[in-house]
Amino acid sequence: MKKKISIILFPGSNCDRDLENAIIKCLKIKPNFVWHNESHIKEPGIIFLPGGFSFGDYLRAGVLATKSPAIKELIRFAKKGVPVVGICNGFQILTECKLLDGVLIKNTSQLFNCSKVNLKIENTKNNFLRNLKREIVEYPIAHSQGRFFIDKDNLKKLYDYNLVAFKYSSPKGDVSEEFNPNGSIDNIAGIFNKKKNILGLMPHPERAIDKFSSQDGINFFKSIEEFL
Amino acid sequence: MSNIKKLNSKIIKDHGLSDKEYQQILSILKRKPNLLELGIFSVMWSEHCSYKSTKKWLKKLPTTGQVVICGPGENAGIVDIGDDDAIVFKMESHNHPSFIEPYQGAATGVGGIMRDIFTMGARPIANLNSLRFGEPSNKKTKHLLQGVVKGIGDYGNCVGIPTVGGECFFHKSYNKNILVNAMCVGLVKKNKIFYSKASGINNPVIYVGAKTGRDGIHGATMASSEFDDNSKEQRPQVQVGDPFIEKLLLESCQELMKEDAIIAIQDMGAAGLTSSSFEMASKGDCGIKLYLDKVPCREEQMTPYEMMLSETQERMLMVIKPEKRELTLKIFRKWGLDAIEIGQVTNTGKMEMFFNEKNVGELPIKPLADLAPEYDRPSKKSIKVEKNKNKKKKGILDVFIKIISGPNHSSKEWLFSQYDSMVKCDTVYSSEESDAAVVRVNGTNKAVAITCDCNPIYCESDPKLGAKLAVAESWRNLIATGSKPLAITDNLNFGNPEKKEIMYQIKEAILGIKEACEKLSYPVVSGNVSLYNETKGKSILPTPVIGGIGLIKDLSKAIGLKVDKGDALYVVGKTKGHLDLSVHNQICEDNTGSPPKINFRDEIKNGNFVFNFIKNFREYITGCHDISEGGIITSIAEICIKNRLGVIINIPTNIEHRNWLFSEEPSRFILSIKDDENFLRIAKQNKIYVKKIGEVTGKNLKIINELEIPVEKLIKYNKSWFQNYLRINDDIKTK
Repeated sequence: MKKKISIILFPGSNCDRDLENAIIKCLKIKPNFVWHNESHIKEPGIIFLPGGFSFGDYLRAGVLATKSPAIKELIRFAKKGVPVVGICNGFQILTECKLLDGVLIKNTSQLFNCSKVNLKIENTKNNFLRNLKREIVEYPIAHSQGRFFIDKDNLKKLYDYNLVAFKYSSPKGDVSEEFNPNGSIDNIAGIFNKKKNILGLMPHPERAIDKFSSQDGINFFKSIEEFL
Repeated sequence: MSNIKKLNSKIIKDHGLSDKEYQQILSILKRKPNLLELGIFSVMWSEHCSYKSTKKWLKKLPTTGQVVICGPGENAGIVDIGDDDAIVFKMESHNHPSFIEPYQGAATGVGGIMRDIFTMGARPIANLNSLRFGEPSNKKTKHLLQGVVKGIGDYGNCVGIPTVGGECFFHKSYNKNILVNAMCVGLVKKNKIFYSKASGINNPVIYVGAKTGRDGIHGATMASSEFDDNSKEQRPQVQVGDPFIEKLLLESCQELMKEDAIIAIQDMGAAGLTSSSFEMASKGDCGIKLYLDKVPCREEQMTPYEMMLSETQERMLMVIKPEKRELTLKIFRKWGLDAIEIGQVTNTGKMEMFFNEKNVGELPIKPLADLAPEYDRPSKKSIKVEKNKNKKKKGILDVFIKIISGPNHSSKEWLFSQYDSMVKCDTVYSSEESDAAVVRVNGTNKAVAITCDCNPIYCESDPKLGAKLAVAESWRNLIATGSKPLAITDNLNFGNPEKKEIMYQIKEAILGIKEACEKLSYPVVSGNVSLYNETKGKSILPTPVIGGIGLIKDLSKAIGLKVDKGDALYVVGKTKGHLDLSVHNQICEDNTGSPPKINFRDEIKNGNFVFNFIKNFREYITGCHDISEGGIITSIAEICIKNRLGVIINIPTNIEHRNWLFSEEPSRFILSIKDDENFLRIAKQNKIYVKKIGEVTGKNLKIINELEIPVEKLIKYNKSWFQNYLRINDDIKTK
């Protein structure tokens, strides 16, 4: 039997429907929505944290969300090894509740940035990205607090354990400052936890599944089948 | 309490009411109003809410048609797009507040227009905006630009509605009166539309959303007077926006709308609780009792006067079926919003206001609307002083570079990247990638095209012709995406209507819109008027912005600015070479003459040809672009820049190069064609004038016997203006 997929929903989530559509389209599974103040998730399957502005993000993005009952439940499951994916605001929430290392701070431009970026896939030896098939993908970004920052020691740890998932790059895979849209350290766009059951990324694969956009997101979702 | 205060002529004048209007109030009430009642009259009869200077002319606009479900008079207009779907849309200005406090002014402009859309049961699917700023060298311009763009972005991004397009134009006439016109488009099922007509005696009137504060009191009155040196003192009249509460309000209203609970719903926009309650009662021909002490307040000791006039954002008023009262409150509780019964519907035809069980005001509803002042203000054409002394002769290359690297025609990437244009995953083209934004109707193979247009330079010289050209341009932009134009919303921005010359502009522009819309079968279904855009007697350029909507029945036919190597480039429509008032002439500092004439027979013929060609022969055509500001050369440069491809262009022999390259005559398109033979055959069958002008090839924009520039260089020119102007931000980036 196929596993389930849950999407935790905050009042300010706004990419939840896009994520739902992408999951249905690519995996033929209808995800369950879990309202933020539900303190019990029965059968989580894979848990997604969608993009948006969970509680308005007037404080630091994602920080209020960490106080919600559903996130406490998510932490419990994540520690047991349940797969978790946080996209954009979801990534911010995962760093705020310390499931992932580092922080996401204001873009160097101080401005919101919505654009299409290329990403170099840094690590395919994990269940999330094993079947991605390509080295470089194009997903859109849309955030004002997406600058990944981490201190030197922990950055070294990320590399030592091979925890960097995506880096901003040129269409040919050149990772340089010119292709860094927000000032992230080492162009880092997405990372794993040590057990590699948690993935956080700022770009939006769910926005890259249609004829009129890049279709690179389709494989992102399809490769998650690995967990199912 | 303040409303016992005696009214003197100063108080009446401070409320923006004329002596005659006050006499009218006395004759309606047959007594003197108290301060609360006077305040209500002042906002309801303000220019902003009553359209008293323009009503006479607005009535002449064509507002009906096969596709029109709801015309002007409701929160927004609605058009039928087939199946069970309808599109709800409107544009509204937030000019005065945005000048005083650009961030909040623009943000609440976006919030307000979105509420107008979702009040009617629709889910917003796209935001656009039409912005006008002063000269870049004016010391306030940069601050205003940054604030407005951030305000628009932060609000729409947080609510999760994509901002898919718009325009941004700089001109010195907007130095002290910027324009921020926000447009929102929503999608609704035809049988799920909600209106504001109250009914059912004793039915509960429910207040939902943000707590009422003292912000925005008299905002509508502010928007109905000129600015002077003390405009900054009006800052407390600017509302403060909270997009997160808007999001809660949107989601909770959508959830409630699925239940059969709402009888009437109206957002509290300009003039807040006053206009929403009067509107609902007036539409339903009934009365309402309001218990103002029940209104949730953010601040202490707020008076009934302040509550009725506050323009606190993110609030709704609704009449609910009594048996659904508990369900309604439960849904709003789930979303963490204040929802409280503050009154009931009555059959008295009166608005009765109570505070701590005391009657604090009582006004008849019908007369307030029916006997509202309506003016037939005198108008007079201003005598144009033709100044042509400074006219400068400039080389073609020089003018061209100035156009594509100048503020009005350079890449708007800096603005645009601050807006989330992709959320909801239905954005097929933003207005950067096509002549109009194209947004898919979720879950279907249909799409709507959306654009906003106006050339105020034309409107200044000839407001009627300028308005016609604006309507025609929006029509053409929609066609150039492969869509069938359906209807428009208009946002009329002008100076002080009490001046004859301004009234002339208003009247002429409306008549121009009327004529163009009638000719093109393109009705006006909603709109907004913003007057008194003046400071110290200096008015803005007349700016009637047209927001157009078109329908693409088959998404695979949608078309943008894309071209392929090897395509042939054709111009549809004749180029006569009119240069007066073109961007070319402005650069040469020549402001004389009139806008180009428009022949609607040609416009319709050429437009229909292009529409049908795209629809029936999509495989023969790669891209389509209309020709407008900056002429053929600017349209071609835009194509090169978007595609990073070169072209070779041959200027026809029977016309001056300069005139051919820069003329802005209407009714023309550039098409990028894959199959010459079939294209020419079909054009000939339809008796359409088409001319091959070149092909897509190489890496340079080459115009034979005139100029040749590498496209990479063009891109740099095109991007440089905003980058240089906003260098402050780059400094931060490099640190």
